[in-house]
Amino acid sequence: MSRHRAIRNLDYEEVLDEYEVDLQEEEENRLLMEQGVVDVRSALDTEASKVTKEQIEEALWHYYFDVDKSVTYLTNKFINRPAPKAPKPATQKPTGKYLTPATATISCEFEDSSDWAENNRHGLGGRCSSQTGSRQDDVGFWVSGSCPSYPLPQASLPALFHDMPWGNIPKDRESVLIPPVVPRSRCGLLGGTGAAPKMTKLQALAAARKKKAQEKSSEQEVEQTRAQMTGLSVNSSSTEKENMPLSGAFSKRLKTSSSTAQGRVPIIPTEPRSESEQQSANPITKEPEVVEEPAQARPVKKAQPSAFAQTLFSSHTPTITIRQDVVTLGLAPSVLEAFSKPSPDDIVLAAQAKAGKKPPAGQSKKSKSSNTDSLSSSVSELKIDDTPLPKSRNINVLSEFEKSTKKKSASFVVVGHVDAGKSTMMGRLLLDLGVVDQRTVEKLRKEAHTIGKSSFALAWVLDQGSEERTRGVTIDIATNRFETETTAFTILDAPGHRDFIPNMIAGASQADFAVLVIDASTGAFESGLKGQTKEHSLLLRSMGVARIIVAVNKLDMVNWSQERFDEIKNQVSGFLSATGFQKMNIAFVPVSGLHGDNMVKRSENPAVGWYTGPTLIEELERSEPSARATKKPLRVNISEVFRTQQSQATVSGRVDAGSLQMGDAVLVQPATEKAFIKSILVDEAPADWAVAGQSVVLHLSHIDPMHVKSGDIICDPNKPIPKDKTFTLKALAFDFLMPMQVDVHRGRLHSAGKIIAMPALLDKTTGGVKKKNPRLVKPGEVARVRVELDDQVPLEAGQRVVLRSGGETIAAGLLE
Amino acid sequence: MRFASPRQTVASIDETEGVGLIITEPEDLWHANNLIAIGDTVYAPTNRKVATETLTGSTFTQKVRIELAVKVTDTSFDPRASELRVAGTIVNENEIAAVGQYHTITLKHTDRDIKFTIWKEQGWDSVARALLAEAVSETANKDVVFAVVMQEGMANLCLITESRTLVKQRIEHTIPKKRSSRKEAEGGMSDFYGKILSAILSAIDFNERSGIPKQLLLASPGFVAHNFRDYMKEYAEKKANKPLARLATEAAVIHTSTGHVHSLNEVLKSPEAQRTMRDSKFTNETKLMDNFYQKLRQDDGRAWYGVQPVAKAIREGAVGRGGGVLMVNSAFFKSMDVAERQKYVALVDKVREDGGDVRLLSSDHESGQRLDALGGICALLTYPLHDLDEEDEEEDASAAGTTII
Repeated sequence: MSRHRAIRNLDYEEVLDEYEVDLQEEEENRLLMEQGVVDVRSALDTEASKVTKEQIEEALWHYYFDVDKSVTYLTNKFINRPAPKAPKPATQKPTGKYLTPATATISCEFEDSSDWAENNRHGLGGRCSSQTGSRQDDVGFWVSGSCPSYPLPQASLPALFHDMPWGNIPKDRESVLIPPVVPRSRCGLLGGTGAAPKMTKLQALAAARKKKAQEKSSEQEVEQTRAQMTGLSVNSSSTEKENMPLSGAFSKRLKTSSSTAQGRVPIIPTEPRSESEQQSANPITKEPEVVEEPAQARPVKKAQPSAFAQTLFSSHTPTITIRQDVVTLGLAPSVLEAFSKPSPDDIVLAAQAKAGKKPPAGQSKKSKSSNTDSLSSSVSELKIDDTPLPKSRNINVLSEFEKSTKKKSASFVVVGHVDAGKSTMMGRLLLDLGVVDQRTVEKLRKEAHTIGKSSFALAWVLDQGSEERTRGVTIDIATNRFETETTAFTILDAPGHRDFIPNMIAGASQADFAVLVIDASTGAFESGLKGQTKEHSLLLRSMGVARIIVAVNKLDMVNWSQERFDEIKNQVSGFLSATGFQKMNIAFVPVSGLHGDNMVKRSENPAVGWYTGPTLIEELERSEPSARATKKPLRVNISEVFRTQQSQATVSGRVDAGSLQMGDAVLVQPATEKAFIKSILVDEAPADWAVAGQSVVLHLSHIDPMHVKSGDIICDPNKPIPKDKTFTLKALAFDFLMPMQVDVHRGRLHSAGKIIAMPALLDKTTGGVKKKNPRLVKPGEVARVRVELDDQVPLEAGQRVVLRSGGETIAAGLLE
Repeated sequence: MRFASPRQTVASIDETEGVGLIITEPEDLWHANNLIAIGDTVYAPTNRKVATETLTGSTFTQKVRIELAVKVTDTSFDPRASELRVAGTIVNENEIAAVGQYHTITLKHTDRDIKFTIWKEQGWDSVARALLAEAVSETANKDVVFAVVMQEGMANLCLITESRTLVKQRIEHTIPKKRSSRKEAEGGMSDFYGKILSAILSAIDFNERSGIPKQLLLASPGFVAHNFRDYMKEYAEKKANKPLARLATEAAVIHTSTGHVHSLNEVLKSPEAQRTMRDSKFTNETKLMDNFYQKLRQDDGRAWYGVQPVAKAIREGAVGRGGGVLMVNSAFFKSMDVAERQKYVALVDKVREDGGDVRLLSSDHESGQRLDALGGICALLTYPLHDLDEEDEEEDASAAGTTII
């Protein structure tokens, strides 16, 4: 910008400043004038008719209402000597000065375009009224677009803005643009009357200006003007620095430039859209030739920042300034996207912008954007990005499953009385199969030795909890996997202690078949048969496990006595068939869990020569996994909930029925919360789908982990599992049943409830009603039992439920 | 609770007389709740909102303290807040409210003794007198016992007082299992213990000697209770909290089969609990219920439950001297229609007449809840009776819907 022009503007400002005083005094003067005229007339007495009113007034004005001096002057000038025509009357003098600042400025500078004058007239009108209307609240607006006729407030900007909530301006603080009631005449004194915001007019203005600019874009003059404008906008962006304590030396020059800007660029801070349009109309790329100072060259690239943006980003946040540039140049919408993606505010603002509203905090961002449309579109993209749903691949899971050449998979639960050696046996199995290496076992052995439990080393392969290790008992189900040539097995090592039977039930509910471990050593077998050997087999049967492999363990302790083995075999098989297992589904294997005889390899001990049957692993491989309800609606029984990096709500469990794939929407009952499957692990390997019978780990998304508990059921949202507080059960009683409090177990689910009624005693074989409303159901009888639970629980006909009371299993049955 | 008049005794109550009672401790409200039946008249000081319209038509409401008598239509007892709300229609003439308007009197324990008067609709019958006698009796063993029944991931904080069991708080906490790292699982356990402990700390007022329970019972399957006691000791040592340390050291660890509230009966049966609460009402009741269940299992025809069989047995005089015990839920006498109530009162009177024992069990106690499961009434007979339920079936067929149990 040329210096002389600035000086010219400076002059104007001073001149205009004077006028303001006049304006304020005008009324006062007029009154004084009237009084003065009367006084002079009376003083002149008869000669009064010789002078006109205008002459009196001028005299009064000249002497500033000094009546005596005026009379003397008038007498000398007009009464004693006829005078020439009176000069401009005093009262008109202020009127004459009422040249509006805008017009004045424009007449000096905008000889090229009368449109500009017109535009500015509107613009300034808007400005003035907005100043008066919102002087207190919106000082910021008129810093940048300050009207020359009104001196800027002298307070520093930070002070002015100290209570401004940047980027989040409350609605009540937003400036309201008020159209000038009388466009020109009383520029300074117009009050901020409550007229409607002049949005449409401003937009029209912007549009008109854009059009104009396009028409004249070929003319060099206009080019220059534009260049100036861009320059001005730069300066006006730095205008606020003038009021900053640091600005010091620059303030003078900047001030002058700001006054220039005022004349030319009507900055409408609260209407970012029009501003951005206006900006897009300006050929931004042209500026380098115009701008002289390299320091200013870069900011010129920016879009015209709003008043807010100017104050916001002036010097405090250089990073954002850079961002402005990037966005303005339209180089990377992705940058903008990446920047604003996590902000929920932006999304809200975008929604507002789309709805055609004024986003209060979006000003800075929007005014920087060169294209409103692209912004809103990019914002709508953001909205989608914010809720990315896992993509379903729409696999036909069932056909995939049929096609898959995977090994058959089977899971088995290892049960038995406490200290029968279940965990040790499984540790040995894993060691012999090479799933666990010798080094790990040696390490465990060393650790076990230090606490004097060296014989537990193998069990520690599965018992990993410190509690389990120090106490030497399994507390919870331990899952482990191994593969043979034909089958992938999942081991569920159940606790034997009676306190942890709920955990054992959880394990049994996931198993296809079972391995019952029996301690063959003297006395242990007998106590086991009375204890958990019995209870576990009852539970297995009532959980629907049909096949059972009896591992007669610790036979090495009795010198591999065949008699002992046969004795146990007889007793157990008799007991098991009484429980309901078919003979063909029961197998016996003599093993030593600690040493591994007849486990993976046939025993080399000659004392076991009498046994020629299959080893344990061979027996396991013989097992056919039970049929799978792959076509039924999805049901996943959650056995564990934990946190992983993939998901806060990661669940493990078994798919009881149906199939699922990545991206599926599922429902978690009883919370009735929807979730999406982010990813699936089948046998600890990532998979795209899973079917009934598989043990899976599901990473859920879009659900609060508090809604997912172990024992819950994940189901198909279209065919959800019903939840209820009461249910009817066809139960086989293991103990006396009467209306009483019971614990209800279904897989992992463990809920308190009570038997509220026993509607019928049923015939064991025919299922017909033997007796209505029995007072008591004796052990071994089958009855229809109605149970009420404390909480709502997902339940479905056909589910297997176990009732316990006082630490004893009292009944088990099927839901009706 | 005591009588308002010092000369009043339970024996000297006139059938139709109103009895003035004074609330002296929070527990009294529970008794009052048992005592006040629907249809009774209760006279007590209360607050009533009175709306006044000024001459200009504006209204303002004002709370007025006034003594009102209401004919009870409903009562609700908030055990946690120890507040009894008695709702009914106003029956006495007064300055601010018309007779027949509804009003709810809130009775609660305050620093000042609050006097209220009850008129029984059907007079003071034997059951009402028994309840009243219980309410005004100076129980020797007023100490409270704190029991925490827990299992991995769940804990119930129970406050056991002479007359009831209150589940103060139920804590549920998901504990990451084996699959996640061991460290996390242990962290989960100690988080869980921390939750229980802070619940205990907020439930017990350690500043007041009387606020500290006589004993803390920690019950769980497995090792949870044991580990929790260790956690508590460690915490008390770290914080140098002497009363807590003492409580933790003296805490009894009891084995139960689950962490659900109904495992409380296993707690009350345990020798540890018996030692502390010997001869208290509820341990006796627990024993009685256990006894009943045992007899029922024996199936020798001496234990019966349900209204019809029990009523029949009583009519036959089988519940009498020498071991006959009738157990009835006290709620039976509270909100039942007149005929029903009279029927039960007659049963009670008959048993007393025959020399049998009558126990009114509250469903606020663990034993009462077990009784509830049995239909609220059961009896131990002096001699075996069989086929008491045979007729029931016929009755049932005719009047379907009447529940025996």
